[in-house]
Amino acid sequence: MRVDPTLRQALGDGNGFDASSCLNCGSCTALCPLGLELFPRKLFRYALLGARDKLVENTDTVYSCLLCKMCEENCPAGVHITDNVRALRVYLGREVFHLGPRGV
Amino acid sequence: MAPIPIQDTLGMLGDNLERRRSVLPISRRRATAWSRGLEIPARGPTVLYTGQMYQLVPAINAMTHRLSGMEDSWMAGYFGLARRMNRLVNLAGLMARGSPQEVREYNEALRNIARLLLAAHVEFGYLYGVDRYAGALAHDEGLDETLQRHAARVYEDLKAAGVTEVITVDPHTTNLLRSVYPKIVPGYELKVRTYLEVLAALAPKPVERLAEVVTVHDSCLYARREGVAAQPRALLTESGVTIHETELSGKATQCCGGPIEMLFPKRSNDIAARRVEQLAKSADRVVTLCPLCLANLRRVGRPGVEIDDVSSYLVRGYCPRVPNGGAGAELTEPRHAAPAQAVAGA
Ligand code: SF4
Ligand code: SF4
Repeated sequence: MRVDPTLRQALGDGNGFDASSCLNCGSCTALCPLGLELFPRKLFRYALLGARDKLVENTDTVYSCLLCKMCEENCPAGVHITDNVRALRVYLGREVFHLGPRGV
Repeated sequence: MAPIPIQDTLGMLGDNLERRRSVLPISRRRATAWSRGLEIPARGPTVLYTGQMYQLVPAINAMTHRLSGMEDSWMAGYFGLARRMNRLVNLAGLMARGSPQEVREYNEALRNIARLLLAAHVEFGYLYGVDRYAGALAHDEGLDETLQRHAARVYEDLKAAGVTEVITVDPHTTNLLRSVYPKIVPGYELKVRTYLEVLAALAPKPVERLAEVVTVHDSCLYARREGVAAQPRALLTESGVTIHETELSGKATQCCGGPIEMLFPKRSNDIAARRVEQLAKSADRVVTLCPLCLANLRRVGRPGVEIDDVSSYLVRGYCPRVPNGGAGAELTEPRHAAPAQAVAGA
């Protein structure tokens, strides 16, 4: 795992990613209908650590989220989980897929 | 063998929104066909805003069907080419025409909604060619720049038409117009209510008692973001419907899998199948509140379980039928004999 020190800032400043209050309790993963071990808790951890390669490796997982808010409704720390997932998509869309009006 | 490529699929849908103002562009004729014969005025301070969601479902179903055939196949490798071609011709539109029966069915749901509002003496217009897709997919997939530009154009059209209030018909358009646009469109000011909220506030008297037992599948967006769960239940119950609630209902509802139907069709179907199993434990009639939930749950289906849009129940409970009309009789288009309700104050 390589650490990109600019990732956290790029996610936070431009896209509003904020999982700093996450208690790492795992309720979100337990309730998520996707049943993916990594999601969303560990993926947020990667983002907080600046592990850009891990995010890119798990693009499918990021885009699998239903944005259904089942997790968020039950998060004890009030983390805006779906806003964070969208922030990851905005980042991946821009920086990795080059989507958008001026994209490839 | 490859999964559906995210970059090219989202790229194609985003290109469509930028160039053709919808992720899956359909003709104006098709988008407005549902309103034929209803004679809804073409303007007014209050309009019924469909956001084309019901009209798009047959196209989305056809697209999802095609994509699921490509998932993990050699064809997935040709998406880049398809995206480049789509910039020149509306390839996505050609790939996703939808079956005529589905087109009729989803149009009928919109007709039912309009009839319900007319029967409750709500005054509203319909903007025909200006009633556009609101951009749900761009929002969900994080295509923020595309969404922002699209939202500004949608709002400009509404303002130019003198609209101050919209009545929405689905959770995605409601969420965008009510909770997302205000954050991304400068100076945005529009009253947004769903037809279910409008009707529930007016508490119309039912014209027929429906002695039916159903369970309700709540939309995640309606229940957890927009506070729409009690209103459809009140309307159903008042017309005689008995609701057997499933354990995961209201704010605890379980998603139908719809939001990932295009990128991950198999995963989406698995989630839908699980949800249908849950619902079937409570009743063999399932009521949905969103056209996408309806499509996704029906796609997997289950023998003996009927899944229908809430409007198909409400129209029977609240709209009068023509006298001596037998089975399949056309419902009357209510005349504006009674004084119209002021929607804004309802
Ligand atoms: S439920 Fe909330 S606090 Fe617990 S791991 Fe998930 S995001 Fe963190
Ligand atoms: S919003 Fe995403 S992460 Fe949360 S429960 Fe739903 S699918 Fe899982």
